[in-house]
Amino acid sequence: MTTWIAIGVTAFGCYAVKLLGLSVPAGILERPLVKRLAALVPLALLAALTALQTFSTSELKLVVDARAAGLAAAAVALLLRAPFLVVIGAAVLVTAAVRALTG
Amino acid sequence: MVRDALAVGVAVGLSGFAFGVTSAGAGLTVAQTCALSLLVFSGASQFALVGALGAGGSPFAAAAGAFFLGARNAFYGLRLSQLLRLPRAVRPFAAQWVIDETSAVTLAQPDRRSARVGFTVTGVTIYLLWNLTTLLGALGASALGDPAGWGLDAAGPAVFLALLAPMLKGRRERTVAGLAVILALACVPLLPAGVPVLVAALAAPIVLIAARRGTAREDAADATTTAQRTEKDR
Repeated sequence: MTTWIAIGVTAFGCYAVKLLGLSVPAGILERPLVKRLAALVPLALLAALTALQTFSTSELKLVVDARAAGLAAAAVALLLRAPFLVVIGAAVLVTAAVRALTG
Repeated sequence: MVRDALAVGVAVGLSGFAFGVTSAGAGLTVAQTCALSLLVFSGASQFALVGALGAGGSPFAAAAGAFFLGARNAFYGLRLSQLLRLPRAVRPFAAQWVIDETSAVTLAQPDRRSARVGFTVTGVTIYLLWNLTTLLGALGASALGDPAGWGLDAAGPAVFLALLAPMLKGRRERTVAGLAVILALACVPLLPAGVPVLVAALAAPIVLIAARRGTAREDAADATTTAQRTEKDR
């Protein structure tokens, strides 16, 4: 049930901001500070999520495991300008391989 | 241009499969997973939500993280509305398609007519493929068994990294990202799941306040950064 609540709240919120953008007069969201925050907040969230989902466990501990190797592979793929799916594929394959090798 | 839109649609639609698998691995049912793709339709927000729920976060902390990630779509909408000039009655339907990829394709068009075509073709393609592949991923996950065994728990962070990488252009962007990582990881042992990512969002205002002076001139550059980054993604 709590999952459905989270889905409902997220769906409503995400739809509302999309509609808001299409509907409000330009001046309101065009302030420099608002714009800069709008560019930087997602960046902060993405950086945090990348780190959290790579180095934290569901027991709220920090670990370096196979996922870190997978993320490193993704980073290399990104540096080589690989397409999106190749980046994800590299992360998945390397993580699985490291896990298989280290048991 | 239609081929452009289709190419973006196919690439993004396919990563819906990764989402379906990840979501199922986080413990969501097939119906819940599909509801997310149908109703939220914003990749980063969806990955963030299922990640937080899978880690045992409270539904509201999880939803808050997903919401803040989705908030950038308001700024796309703002720019698209000037370009597309949609009739009032159409806006509630068009709104769901206002995301990174549709914005990138639409903003690249030379005139209103092709902007409308680009928006519609990209929107339809991505929406159909994203939802179809989400369903396949969610169904496939149960056949695959434990997603961690296949390394699929690395798909979520890899998606985030792929979205993040093109944004890390300037020193300020890198500072925000670095500070966000430190804040998030430092909070892991101290706060309930789902909350550290919200604390990390504070990196943005902290860096802005610290760099307050002498940055007013960069506004114009900032406004185009997000649209350009998805352009470069392709």
